[in-house]
Amino acid sequence: MISQLKRFCAGLGLAAAVGAGVSSPASAVELTMYYPVAVGGPLTKVVDGLVADFQKANPDVKVNAIYAGNYNDARIKALAALKSGQPAQLSVMFSIDLYELIEQDAIVAFDDIVKTDDDKAWLKSFYPGLMENGTTQGKTWGIPFQRSTIVMYYNKDAFKEAGLDPNHPPANWDEMAAMGKKLVKKSGDQVDRWGVMIPSTGYPYWMFQALSMQNGEVLMNGDGNETYFDKPAVVEALNYWVGLGSKEGVMPSGTIEWGTLRQNFLEQKTAIMWHSTGNLTAVKKNASFDFGVAMLPASKRRGSPTGGGNFYIFKKSTPEEQEASLRLIKFLTSPEKAAEWSIATGYMGTRPDAYQTDALKKYVVDFPPAAVARDQLEFATAELSTYQTGRVRKLLDDAIQAALTGSKSPEEALGSAQKQADRLLKRYR
Amino acid sequence: MRFSQSALNHVYGWLLLTPAAILLIAFTHYPTAATLWQSFFSTGTALRPAAFVGLDNYLFMLEDDVFWTVVRNNVIFAAGTIPVSIAIAFLMAIWVNGKLPLRGLARMSYFTPTILPMIAVANIWLFFYSPDIGLLDQVLGAFGLPGHNWLGDPDTVLGCIIVLAIWKEAGFFMIFYLAALQSVPPDLEEAAKLEGASRWYFFRRVTFPLLMPTTLFVMINAVINSFKLVDQLFILTKGGPDNASSLLLYYIYEVAFSFFDQAYAATLTVVLLAALAIIAIGQFVILDKRIHYR
Repeated sequence: MISQLKRFCAGLGLAAAVGAGVSSPASAVELTMYYPVAVGGPLTKVVDGLVADFQKANPDVKVNAIYAGNYNDARIKALAALKSGQPAQLSVMFSIDLYELIEQDAIVAFDDIVKTDDDKAWLKSFYPGLMENGTTQGKTWGIPFQRSTIVMYYNKDAFKEAGLDPNHPPANWDEMAAMGKKLVKKSGDQVDRWGVMIPSTGYPYWMFQALSMQNGEVLMNGDGNETYFDKPAVVEALNYWVGLGSKEGVMPSGTIEWGTLRQNFLEQKTAIMWHSTGNLTAVKKNASFDFGVAMLPASKRRGSPTGGGNFYIFKKSTPEEQEASLRLIKFLTSPEKAAEWSIATGYMGTRPDAYQTDALKKYVVDFPPAAVARDQLEFATAELSTYQTGRVRKLLDDAIQAALTGSKSPEEALGSAQKQADRLLKRYR
Repeated sequence: MRFSQSALNHVYGWLLLTPAAILLIAFTHYPTAATLWQSFFSTGTALRPAAFVGLDNYLFMLEDDVFWTVVRNNVIFAAGTIPVSIAIAFLMAIWVNGKLPLRGLARMSYFTPTILPMIAVANIWLFFYSPDIGLLDQVLGAFGLPGHNWLGDPDTVLGCIIVLAIWKEAGFFMIFYLAALQSVPPDLEEAAKLEGASRWYFFRRVTFPLLMPTTLFVMINAVINSFKLVDQLFILTKGGPDNASSLLLYYIYEVAFSFFDQAYAATLTVVLLAALAIIAIGQFVILDKRIHYR
């Protein structure tokens, strides 16, 4: 029954391929590529445009770029296609899917495909901070494409009102707590405006990575088989986060919703928020006040994790297909195209020379916040990604939320998360 | 001759059953059996194929704190939603069954929550509950009461989910009660009036018993829904904070599609299926005896 269904679907696919083939008889290689869209806006059109540009320049390759939902959907679809024998040759997927894909033996390392010195140099042309999530076991498996990071948005009007310099956002933890206190506005017992909000639902681990990096620790090793949740500096970072609510009183206690935080900021219920660069365009469009964007504050150093999607090439593909895939990826990540993509989406330019292009240079001059994410890249680290990544991430998420809601102390919560993570990761060492 | 006639009848009967049987087997029985089978294996990857592990997955489950948390939450969720939503449905049905102006409008507005997609509704309720800017806090603020971080507090988050579920469900159950009420013959009421029965007595001894079959049906649906209805969690809380609002089915989804641990997800599914089967059988066996069917 199921194999029949498969055959039927394969037949349909073949028919579609034949139909499409008629219109472009020059196609020698045909590529299927899945890609996710995780932020608002008509991004599918942008991708279609970029792919059309590629086909114009490379008439011997035909590319089917298929929009596959969010990051989770894209991974499930690509892996399902792989199992059904109708695999894609390349895809954009979550940068943190790396270990999962390696464990499924689904992808090839770029080092095994590149041949010329030119290509080898290309592998080194991206920001190192963006490459961390794509490299392990001494090889490069993912090429950065749609990448973001966390930045600090602040309300300049609120800063003026509180007697603070609107051009001096908090540069370190102490300043953020002190300024936060001045920014809190109360009428009676009721808080009308909070000082700071750091979201703690949806992606708490991501925010926490920033805090622990700032305190001088990363949360996992490069092989993806060890985590460091219970190191003293990490516990201290969580203490600081919890303390913003319970001790300093600049942040509401309990967890803060990721999805409604932007609205809180726009309605001036908080003077500072930490959020993804992906919100830049929406805040720019809807803010009724003067706002600024700054790098996250430092404790021992500055720091933020990166996030977003990478290109992967699948193992189940012929050498010709792999060569064509490489050509496509090189095209889409070239400085000009990376600049075009960054301007259209708000994602970062993935390589230094993209910011040297005229288009992006001009854009950054007109809208300086766009450069903050780039400048912060120097201090960036990989997004949390290990073997058993879903489970490990959830352990950390639960620990953070338990600490923020006061049901466990940071030390206790992180200690037990570390113990359980160790149990999961032991067999990968 | 007679023998072959009955054999033909058998073939004929089976042919009539075949389409339904194929669908049932393909989409209900086979997946159930496959789930049970899979729960005895480890989750395989390309590098480590699945292996038979016996009851290991079940033993792991017994030690899994999150599992016990979601079971506890699910029991509270069921206890909170089922009686209240049935009671409200009942009252609403009696209310809109009587003579009142704009009856159609009242019925429609009670039923509206049912036809709205849960995901869309949850997005609206997210803003009801959100601290400071939310509707709930603004209403409280108008009375001078302090706001609260409803979804961010483990003590209130499950209550918030329960209220949303009741709001969503009650209108649906009301429809069944309304239909049942309209099939109660009016001569019973006339006869009771002639005998001098009070309205409360009539309700207790006539209406309520006549509605028992509907109540059983609604109750079974409510129990199933209390295990099945998890869409709101995706939008409102993602099971947080610290699993305080996570329910069994949501946890199964997480295990299957976020952790990619199909074997353990299958194990949890078997437990869910068993629990539901036991509850449904119990309800039929115990309540059936006490129900008056016409």
